[in-house]
Amino acid sequence: MQEVMKKRAIELLESGEVARVIGWKKGEFAYDATPAIFETADEIEKDFVYDDFTAANVSKYLLKVKTLDGKTLVFLKPCDTYSLNQLTAEKRVDREKIYVIGVGCEGKADVEKIKARGISGIVGIEADGDNYTVKTVYGDETVAKADVMADRCITCKSKKLAAYDEIIGEDGEEIANSGRFDLVEKLEQMTSEERFEFWQGELSRCIRCNACRNVCPACTCEQCVFDNPASGVAQKAAADSFEEKLFHIIRAYHVAGRCTDCGECSRVCPEHIPLHLLNRKFIKDMDELYGEYQAGEDEDVKHPLISFTYDDAEPSIVRERGME
Amino acid sequence: MQVNEKFVPTIVAFCCNWCSYAGADLSGTNRLQYPANVKIIRVPCSCRVNPMFILRAFQRGADGVIICGCHPGDCHYTTGNYYARRRMTMLFSMLDFMGIERKRTRLEWVSAAEGAKFAATMNSFVEEITSLGPNRRLEDLRCKK
Repeated sequence: MQEVMKKRAIELLESGEVARVIGWKKGEFAYDATPAIFETADEIEKDFVYDDFTAANVSKYLLKVKTLDGKTLVFLKPCDTYSLNQLTAEKRVDREKIYVIGVGCEGKADVEKIKARGISGIVGIEADGDNYTVKTVYGDETVAKADVMADRCITCKSKKLAAYDEIIGEDGEEIANSGRFDLVEKLEQMTSEERFEFWQGELSRCIRCNACRNVCPACTCEQCVFDNPASGVAQKAAADSFEEKLFHIIRAYHVAGRCTDCGECSRVCPEHIPLHLLNRKFIKDMDELYGEYQAGEDEDVKHPLISFTYDDAEPSIVRERGME
Repeated sequence: MQVNEKFVPTIVAFCCNWCSYAGADLSGTNRLQYPANVKIIRVPCSCRVNPMFILRAFQRGADGVIICGCHPGDCHYTTGNYYARRRMTMLFSMLDFMGIERKRTRLEWVSAAEGAKFAATMNSFVEEITSLGPNRRLEDLRCKK
Protein backbone atom coordinates (compact mmCIF):
# COMPACT_ATOMS: atom_id res chain seq x y z
CA MET A 1 0.00 0.00 0.00
CA GLN A 2 2.85 2.34 0.86
CA GLU A 3 4.34 1.81 -2.60
CA VAL A 4 1.01 2.52 -4.34
CA MET A 5 0.69 5.74 -2.34
CA LYS A 6 4.25 6.77 -3.16
CA LYS A 7 3.71 6.12 -6.86
CA ARG A 8 0.47 8.09 -6.98
CA ALA A 9 1.98 10.99 -5.01
CA ILE A 10 4.96 11.23 -7.36
CA GLU A 11 2.63 11.00 -10.35
CA LEU A 12 0.51 13.92 -9.15
CA LEU A 13 3.54 15.93 -8.12
CA GLU A 14 5.29 15.49 -11.46
CA SER A 15 2.19 16.26 -13.50
CA GLY A 16 2.07 19.57 -11.65
CA GLU A 17 -1.43 18.95 -10.36
CA VAL A 18 -0.25 19.36 -6.79
CA ALA A 19 2.62 21.44 -5.46
CA ARG A 20 3.28 19.51 -2.28
CA VAL A 21 2.31 16.37 -0.43
CA ILE A 22 1.39 16.02 3.21
CA GLY A 23 1.99 12.58 4.65
CA TRP A 24 4.28 10.86 7.10
CA LYS A 25 7.99 10.25 7.14
CA LYS A 26 10.24 7.90 9.05
CA GLY A 27 11.28 9.08 12.45
CA GLU A 28 14.36 8.24 14.39
CA PHE A 29 12.99 4.82 15.28
CA ALA A 30 10.94 2.34 13.32
CA TYR A 31 7.84 3.20 15.29
CA ASP A 32 7.82 6.98 15.40
CA ALA A 33 6.63 8.10 11.99
CA THR A 34 5.99 11.84 12.01
CA PRO A 35 3.87 14.10 9.80
CA ALA A 36 5.88 15.60 6.96
CA ILE A 37 5.57 17.84 3.93
CA PHE A 38 7.21 16.67 0.71
CA GLU A 39 7.94 18.92 -2.25
CA THR A 40 9.99 16.70 -4.55
CA ALA A 41 9.73 13.17 -5.86
CA ASP A 42 13.13 12.36 -4.38
CA GLU A 43 12.00 13.22 -0.88
CA ILE A 44 8.94 11.01 -1.27
CA GLU A 45 11.01 8.15 -2.64
CA LYS A 46 13.41 8.42 0.24
CA ASP A 47 11.29 9.19 3.30
CA PHE A 48 7.58 8.66 2.70
CA VAL A 49 6.10 5.98 4.91
CA TYR A 50 2.66 4.54 5.60
CA ASP A 51 2.36 1.67 8.01
CA ASP A 52 0.72 0.82 11.32
CA PHE A 53 2.70 3.50 13.14
CA THR A 54 1.65 6.49 11.03
CA ALA A 55 -1.01 7.33 13.57
CA ALA A 56 -0.85 11.13 13.42
CA ASN A 57 -3.91 12.99 12.18
CA VAL A 58 -2.45 15.35 9.56
CA SER A 59 -5.66 17.28 8.85
CA LYS A 60 -4.55 20.18 11.06
CA TYR A 61 -1.62 20.81 8.73
CA LEU A 62 -4.15 21.91 6.11
CA LEU A 63 -4.91 25.14 7.97
CA LYS A 64 -1.92 26.92 6.47
CA VAL A 65 -2.48 25.53 2.99
CA LYS A 66 -4.89 28.23 1.86
CA THR A 67 -2.13 30.84 1.81
CA LEU A 68 0.19 28.67 -0.29
CA ASP A 69 0.36 28.52 -4.08
CA GLY A 70 -0.98 25.49 -5.86
CA LYS A 71 -2.88 22.49 -4.62
CA THR A 72 -1.78 20.30 -1.78
CA LEU A 73 -2.11 16.55 -1.80
CA VAL A 74 -2.94 15.04 1.54
CA PHE A 75 -3.32 11.45 2.65
CA LEU A 76 -6.08 11.03 5.21
CA LYS A 77 -7.16 8.04 7.23
CA PRO A 78 -10.89 7.60 7.94
CA CYS A 79 -10.80 9.42 11.29
CA ASP A 80 -8.77 12.27 9.74
CA THR A 81 -11.41 12.77 7.04
CA TYR A 82 -13.97 13.58 9.74
CA SER A 83 -11.62 16.27 11.05
CA LEU A 84 -11.21 17.68 7.54
CA ASN A 85 -14.99 17.83 7.10
CA GLN A 86 -15.35 19.66 10.38
CA LEU A 87 -12.63 22.15 9.39
CA THR A 88 -14.30 22.67 6.01
CA ALA A 89 -17.64 23.29 7.72
CA GLU A 90 -15.99 25.91 9.91
CA LYS A 91 -14.41 27.54 6.85
CA ARG A 92 -10.99 26.99 8.34
CA VAL A 93 -9.60 25.26 5.25
CA ASP A 94 -10.03 25.91 1.56
CA ARG A 95 -11.26 22.60 0.18
CA GLU A 96 -10.56 23.81 -3.39
CA LYS A 97 -6.85 23.87 -2.69
CA ILE A 98 -6.69 20.41 -1.23
CA TYR A 99 -6.57 17.10 -3.05
CA VAL A 100 -7.53 14.34 -0.65
CA ILE A 101 -6.54 10.74 -1.08
CA GLY A 102 -8.42 8.66 1.43
CA VAL A 103 -6.45 5.68 2.65
CA GLY A 104 -8.00 2.64 4.26
CA CYS A 105 -7.07 1.92 7.85
CA GLU A 106 -7.13 -1.32 9.78
CA GLY A 107 -6.21 0.23 13.10
CA LYS A 108 -2.88 1.56 14.29
CA ALA A 109 -0.44 -0.01 16.70
CA ASP A 110 0.55 1.51 20.02
CA VAL A 111 4.27 1.14 20.59
CA GLU A 112 3.78 1.66 24.32
CA LYS A 113 1.86 -1.62 24.40
CA ILE A 114 4.77 -3.38 22.69
CA LYS A 115 7.19 -1.89 25.19
CA ALA A 116 4.88 -2.85 28.06
CA ARG A 117 5.37 -6.48 27.08
CA GLY A 118 8.95 -6.19 28.19
CA ILE A 119 10.37 -5.73 24.70
CA SER A 120 13.19 -3.20 24.65
CA GLY A 121 15.97 -2.18 22.31
CA ILE A 122 13.65 -2.10 19.30
CA VAL A 123 15.47 -1.48 16.01
CA GLY A 124 12.75 -2.40 13.55
CA ILE A 125 9.16 -3.56 13.35
CA GLU A 126 7.74 -5.45 10.41
CA ALA A 127 4.14 -6.37 9.77
CA ASP A 128 3.71 -10.02 8.97
CA GLY A 129 0.11 -11.14 8.48
CA ASP A 130 -1.63 -10.91 11.85
CA ASN A 131 1.63 -10.44 13.70
CA TYR A 132 4.46 -7.99 14.03
CA THR A 133 8.02 -9.17 13.96
CA VAL A 134 9.81 -6.87 16.34
CA LYS A 135 13.54 -6.77 15.71
CA THR A 136 15.47 -5.85 18.81
CA VAL A 137 19.14 -5.78 19.67
CA TYR A 138 18.47 -8.91 21.72
CA GLY A 139 16.85 -10.85 18.88
CA ASP A 140 13.45 -11.10 17.22
CA GLU A 141 10.11 -11.15 19.02
CA THR A 142 6.65 -11.84 17.64
CA VAL A 143 3.55 -10.07 18.91
CA ALA A 144 -0.03 -10.37 17.67
CA LYS A 145 -1.38 -7.21 16.02
CA ALA A 146 -4.61 -7.41 17.99
CA ASP A 147 -2.70 -7.36 21.28
CA VAL A 148 -0.89 -4.12 20.64
CA MET A 149 -3.56 -2.15 18.81
CA ALA A 150 -4.05 1.40 20.08
CA ASP A 151 -7.01 1.76 22.45
CA ARG A 152 -8.69 4.32 20.25
CA CYS A 153 -8.57 1.88 17.32
CA ILE A 154 -10.03 -0.99 19.34
CA THR A 155 -13.10 1.19 19.90
CA CYS A 156 -12.99 2.65 16.38
CA LYS A 157 -16.25 4.41 15.54
CA SER A 158 -15.95 4.39 11.77
CA LYS A 159 -13.73 3.12 9.02
CA LYS A 160 -15.72 5.09 6.48
CA LEU A 161 -13.92 7.82 4.55
CA ALA A 162 -16.05 10.92 5.06
CA ALA A 163 -14.30 13.12 2.48
CA TYR A 164 -12.01 12.18 -0.40
CA ASP A 165 -11.17 12.84 -4.03
CA GLU A 166 -9.87 9.35 -4.58
CA ILE A 167 -9.30 6.24 -2.52
CA ILE A 168 -6.31 3.98 -2.10
CA GLY A 169 -7.03 0.83 -0.18
CA GLU A 170 -10.53 0.00 0.98
CA ASP A 171 -13.33 2.22 2.20
CA GLY A 172 -15.01 0.82 5.29
CA GLU A 173 -18.27 1.16 7.17
CA GLU A 174 -19.39 2.96 10.29
CA ILE A 175 -19.25 0.73 13.32
CA ALA A 176 -22.49 0.89 15.28
CA ASN A 177 -21.53 -0.74 18.56
CA SER A 178 -17.94 0.33 18.88
CA GLY A 179 -18.10 0.38 22.68
CA ARG A 180 -16.31 3.70 22.79
CA PHE A 181 -18.49 4.96 25.64
CA ASP A 182 -17.92 1.94 27.87
CA LEU A 183 -15.27 3.61 30.00
CA VAL A 184 -17.32 6.79 30.30
CA GLU A 185 -20.26 4.71 31.49
CA LYS A 186 -18.10 2.92 33.98
CA LEU A 187 -17.01 6.24 35.42
CA GLU A 188 -20.58 7.53 35.51
CA GLN A 189 -21.58 4.58 37.63
CA MET A 190 -18.96 5.37 40.25
CA THR A 191 -19.78 7.59 43.18
CA SER A 192 -18.88 11.24 43.06
CA GLU A 193 -15.96 10.64 45.46
CA GLU A 194 -14.53 7.86 43.33
CA ARG A 195 -14.74 9.97 40.20
CA PHE A 196 -13.06 12.83 41.97
CA GLU A 197 -10.24 10.56 43.11
CA PHE A 198 -9.91 9.11 39.62
CA TRP A 199 -9.56 12.49 37.91
CA GLN A 200 -7.41 13.91 40.64
CA GLY A 201 -5.01 11.01 40.09
CA GLU A 202 -5.04 11.34 36.32
CA LEU A 203 -4.86 15.11 36.01
CA SER A 204 -2.23 15.58 38.69
CA ARG A 205 0.24 14.07 36.22
CA CYS A 206 -0.41 16.88 33.73
CA ILE A 207 2.72 18.89 32.99
CA ARG A 208 0.84 21.42 30.84
CA CYS A 209 2.97 20.76 27.78
CA ASN A 210 -0.09 21.82 25.74
CA ALA A 211 0.43 18.89 23.36
CA CYS A 212 -3.26 17.94 23.59
CA ARG A 213 -4.22 21.43 22.52
CA ASN A 214 -1.61 21.78 19.80
CA VAL A 215 -2.38 18.47 18.14
CA CYS A 216 -6.17 18.78 18.26
CA PRO A 217 -7.64 19.39 14.80
CA ALA A 218 -10.60 21.14 16.43
CA CYS A 219 -8.38 23.58 18.41
CA THR A 220 -7.72 26.01 15.59
CA CYS A 221 -8.10 29.45 17.17
CA GLU A 222 -5.41 31.89 16.07
CA GLN A 223 -5.25 33.13 19.63
CA CYS A 224 -5.96 30.60 22.33
CA VAL A 225 -7.55 31.51 25.64
CA PHE A 226 -4.72 29.66 27.34
CA ASP A 227 -2.14 31.96 25.76
CA ASN A 228 -3.76 35.07 27.15
CA PRO A 229 -1.36 36.44 29.78
CA ALA A 230 -4.30 37.90 31.71
CA SER A 231 -5.90 34.47 32.08
CA GLY A 232 -3.39 33.45 34.72
CA VAL A 233 -3.01 30.01 33.14
CA ALA A 234 -0.88 30.99 30.14
CA GLN A 235 2.17 28.96 29.20
CA LYS A 236 2.96 27.52 32.56
CA ALA A 237 2.65 24.36 34.54
CA ALA A 238 -0.47 24.10 36.65
CA ALA A 239 0.25 25.48 40.11
CA ASP A 240 -2.39 23.45 41.89
CA SER A 241 -5.19 20.99 41.29
CA PHE A 242 -7.65 23.76 40.45
CA GLU A 243 -5.62 24.88 37.48
CA GLU A 244 -5.33 21.33 36.21
CA LYS A 245 -9.09 20.95 36.27
CA LEU A 246 -9.65 24.41 34.79
CA PHE A 247 -7.37 23.67 31.86
CA HIS A 248 -8.84 20.28 31.08
CA ILE A 249 -12.49 21.23 31.53
CA ILE A 250 -12.11 24.31 29.34
CA ARG A 251 -10.01 22.49 26.76
CA ALA A 252 -12.64 19.79 26.37
CA TYR A 253 -15.47 22.34 26.49
CA HIS A 254 -14.00 24.47 23.73
CA VAL A 255 -14.07 21.55 21.31
CA ALA A 256 -17.40 20.14 22.50
CA GLY A 257 -19.68 19.59 19.53
CA ARG A 258 -16.76 19.96 17.13
CA CYS A 259 -14.67 17.10 18.46
CA THR A 260 -14.75 14.22 15.98
CA ASP A 261 -13.32 11.83 18.57
CA CYS A 262 -10.11 11.11 16.68
CA GLY A 263 -8.31 10.44 19.96
CA GLU A 264 -5.18 12.44 19.15
CA CYS A 265 -5.24 14.21 22.55
CA SER A 266 -4.71 10.96 24.40
CA ARG A 267 -2.21 9.63 21.87
CA VAL A 268 0.17 12.55 22.24
CA CYS A 269 -0.13 12.93 26.01
CA PRO A 270 3.34 12.22 27.42
CA GLU A 271 1.76 11.33 30.76
CA HIS A 272 -0.87 9.01 29.24
CA ILE A 273 -3.82 10.87 30.69
CA PRO A 274 -7.04 9.52 29.10
CA LEU A 275 -8.10 12.96 27.88
CA HIS A 276 -10.44 11.58 25.24
CA LEU A 277 -12.76 10.49 28.07
CA LEU A 278 -13.60 14.14 28.74
CA ASN A 279 -14.42 14.70 25.08
CA ARG A 280 -16.40 11.50 24.92
CA LYS A 281 -18.41 12.51 27.97
CA PHE A 282 -19.53 15.62 26.08
CA ILE A 283 -20.28 13.57 22.96
CA LYS A 284 -22.26 11.05 24.98
CA ASP A 285 -24.26 13.75 26.78
CA MET A 286 -25.06 15.50 23.53
CA ASP A 287 -26.11 12.24 21.91
CA GLU A 288 -28.39 11.44 24.81
CA LEU A 289 -29.93 14.87 25.29
CA TYR A 290 -29.93 16.46 21.86
CA GLY A 291 -29.97 13.50 19.50
CA GLU A 292 -27.25 11.50 17.82
CA TYR A 293 -24.60 13.70 16.30
CA GLN A 294 -21.24 12.91 14.80
CA ALA A 295 -19.04 15.94 14.16
CA GLY A 296 -17.46 15.93 10.72
CA GLU A 297 -19.91 13.50 9.20
CA ASP A 298 -21.61 16.22 7.26
CA GLU A 299 -20.38 19.59 6.15
CA ASP A 300 -23.47 21.69 6.80
CA VAL A 301 -25.07 20.49 10.00
CA LYS A 302 -25.06 22.83 12.99
CA HIS A 303 -23.56 21.17 16.02
CA PRO A 304 -25.65 20.84 19.21
CA LEU A 305 -24.03 23.70 21.11
CA ILE A 306 -24.75 26.32 18.45
CA SER A 307 -28.36 25.28 18.00
CA PHE A 308 -31.30 24.59 20.31
CA THR A 309 -34.87 23.40 20.44
CA TYR A 310 -37.67 24.96 22.47
CA ASP A 311 -38.09 21.93 24.69
CA ASP A 312 -34.51 21.02 25.59
CA ALA A 313 -33.77 19.34 28.91
CA GLU A 314 -33.23 21.69 31.83
CA PRO A 315 -29.78 21.67 33.49
CA SER A 316 -31.46 20.29 36.61
CA ILE A 317 -31.44 16.94 34.79
CA VAL A 318 -27.84 16.61 35.99
CA ARG A 319 -28.93 16.85 39.64
CA GLU A 320 -31.80 14.46 39.22
CA ARG A 321 -29.67 11.89 37.44
CA GLY A 322 -28.76 9.14 39.87
CA MET A 323 -29.60 11.08 43.01
CA GLU A 324 -27.78 9.41 45.85
CA MET B 1 -7.81 27.64 65.37
CA GLN B 2 -11.46 28.44 65.02
CA VAL B 3 -13.69 25.85 66.60
CA ASN B 4 -17.43 25.39 66.26
CA GLU B 5 -17.76 28.28 63.91
CA LYS B 6 -20.87 27.90 61.81
CA PHE B 7 -20.15 27.49 58.13
CA VAL B 8 -21.46 30.43 56.12
CA PRO B 9 -21.29 29.70 52.40
CA THR B 10 -20.48 32.22 49.71
CA ILE B 11 -22.86 32.04 46.80
CA VAL B 12 -22.31 33.71 43.46
CA ALA B 13 -25.47 34.42 41.48
CA PHE B 14 -25.18 35.43 37.85
CA CYS B 15 -28.37 37.34 37.11
CA CYS B 16 -29.49 38.50 33.72
CA ASN B 17 -30.06 42.23 33.47
CA TRP B 18 -33.59 42.04 32.10
CA CYS B 19 -35.36 39.50 34.26
CA SER B 20 -33.55 38.04 37.24
CA TYR B 21 -31.71 41.19 38.26
CA ALA B 22 -35.02 43.04 38.20
CA GLY B 23 -36.53 40.08 40.07
CA ALA B 24 -33.89 40.48 42.78
CA ASP B 25 -34.73 44.17 42.91
CA LEU B 26 -38.41 43.37 43.29
CA SER B 27 -37.78 40.96 46.11
CA GLY B 28 -35.91 43.82 47.83
CA THR B 29 -38.68 46.36 47.37
CA ASN B 30 -41.16 43.74 48.56
CA ARG B 31 -39.10 43.38 51.76
CA LEU B 32 -38.60 39.68 51.10
CA GLN B 33 -35.59 38.29 52.87
CA TYR B 34 -32.82 36.20 51.40
CA PRO B 35 -29.36 35.56 52.87
CA ALA B 36 -26.73 38.26 52.54
CA ASN B 37 -24.08 35.77 51.42
CA VAL B 38 -25.54 35.68 47.92
CA LYS B 39 -23.33 37.87 45.76
CA ILE B 40 -25.14 38.98 42.66
CA ILE B 41 -23.21 39.60 39.45
CA ARG B 42 -25.23 41.29 36.74
CA VAL B 43 -24.76 40.01 33.20
CA PRO B 44 -26.52 41.24 30.06
CA CYS B 45 -28.01 37.81 29.40
CA SER B 46 -27.72 34.35 30.89
CA CYS B 47 -25.86 33.26 27.76
CA ARG B 48 -23.16 35.82 28.58
CA VAL B 49 -22.01 33.44 31.29
CA ASN B 50 -18.85 31.80 30.05
CA PRO B 51 -18.11 28.38 31.64
CA MET B 52 -14.83 29.94 32.73
CA PHE B 53 -16.78 32.45 34.91
CA ILE B 54 -18.24 29.61 36.92
CA LEU B 55 -14.89 27.89 37.42
CA ARG B 56 -13.34 31.23 38.35
CA ALA B 57 -16.08 31.86 40.91
CA PHE B 58 -15.29 28.53 42.55
CA GLN B 59 -11.58 29.32 42.44
CA ARG B 60 -12.00 32.66 44.16
CA GLY B 61 -13.97 31.18 47.02
CA ALA B 62 -17.56 30.53 45.97
CA ASP B 63 -19.21 27.48 47.52
CA GLY B 64 -22.07 27.46 45.07
CA VAL B 65 -22.85 29.14 41.78
CA ILE B 66 -26.35 29.84 40.51
CA ILE B 67 -27.29 31.28 37.15
CA CYS B 68 -30.59 33.08 36.78
CA GLY B 69 -32.11 34.09 33.49
CA CYS B 70 -35.38 34.92 31.78
CA HIS B 71 -37.83 32.09 31.30
CA PRO B 72 -37.37 30.25 27.99
CA GLY B 73 -39.23 32.23 25.37
CA ASP B 74 -38.90 35.52 27.27
CA CYS B 75 -35.26 36.34 26.53
CA HIS B 76 -34.65 40.02 25.81
CA TYR B 77 -32.38 38.91 23.00
CA THR B 78 -34.96 36.35 21.82
CA THR B 79 -32.89 33.16 22.07
CA GLY B 80 -29.98 33.73 24.47
CA ASN B 81 -31.33 31.61 27.27
CA TYR B 82 -31.90 28.62 24.98
CA TYR B 83 -28.17 28.56 24.26
CA ALA B 84 -27.38 29.09 27.93
CA ARG B 85 -29.57 26.12 28.79
CA ARG B 86 -27.60 23.76 26.57
CA ARG B 87 -24.23 25.14 27.60
CA MET B 88 -24.92 24.96 31.30
CA THR B 89 -26.36 21.45 31.05
CA MET B 90 -23.12 20.38 29.43
CA LEU B 91 -20.93 22.17 31.95
CA PHE B 92 -22.84 20.92 35.00
CA SER B 93 -22.70 17.42 33.64
CA MET B 94 -18.94 17.71 33.11
CA LEU B 95 -18.39 19.03 36.64
CA ASP B 96 -20.40 16.09 37.93
CA PHE B 97 -18.26 13.76 35.79
CA MET B 98 -15.13 15.25 37.33
CA GLY B 99 -16.47 14.46 40.78
CA ILE B 100 -17.59 17.92 41.83
CA GLU B 101 -20.81 17.73 43.88
CA ARG B 102 -23.66 18.19 41.46
CA LYS B 103 -25.61 20.32 43.93
CA ARG B 104 -23.09 23.14 43.81
CA THR B 105 -24.31 24.41 40.49
CA ARG B 106 -27.82 25.41 39.58
CA LEU B 107 -29.73 27.23 36.90
CA GLU B 108 -33.09 28.82 37.57
CA TRP B 109 -35.44 30.88 35.45
CA VAL B 110 -36.64 33.98 37.33
CA SER B 111 -38.68 36.70 35.66
CA ALA B 112 -38.80 40.37 36.63
CA ALA B 113 -42.18 39.77 38.28
CA GLU B 114 -41.00 36.86 40.40
CA GLY B 115 -39.46 38.61 43.39
CA ALA B 116 -40.87 35.92 45.65
CA LYS B 117 -39.39 33.13 43.52
CA PHE B 118 -36.01 34.82 43.60
CA ALA B 119 -35.99 35.01 47.39
CA ALA B 120 -37.26 31.45 47.73
CA THR B 121 -34.69 30.11 45.27
CA MET B 122 -31.83 31.83 47.05
CA ASN B 123 -33.03 30.65 50.45
CA SER B 124 -33.23 27.04 49.32
CA PHE B 125 -29.90 27.19 47.48
CA VAL B 126 -28.07 28.65 50.49
CA GLU B 127 -29.62 25.99 52.68
CA GLU B 128 -28.49 23.29 50.25
CA ILE B 129 -24.93 24.58 50.09
CA THR B 130 -24.75 25.01 53.87
CA SER B 131 -25.63 21.36 54.36
CA LEU B 132 -23.13 20.41 51.63
CA GLY B 133 -20.28 22.20 53.39
CA PRO B 134 -17.43 24.22 51.96
CA ASN B 135 -16.20 23.76 48.43
CA ARG B 136 -13.13 21.55 48.72
CA ARG B 137 -12.95 19.83 45.36
CA LEU B 138 -12.74 22.91 43.19
CA GLU B 139 -10.93 25.30 45.45
CA ASP B 140 -7.66 27.11 44.89
CA LEU B 141 -5.63 27.17 48.08
CA ARG B 142 -3.79 30.29 46.98
CA CYS B 143 -7.06 32.21 47.00
CA LYS B 144 -7.86 31.30 50.61
CA LYS B 145 -7.63 34.00 53.20
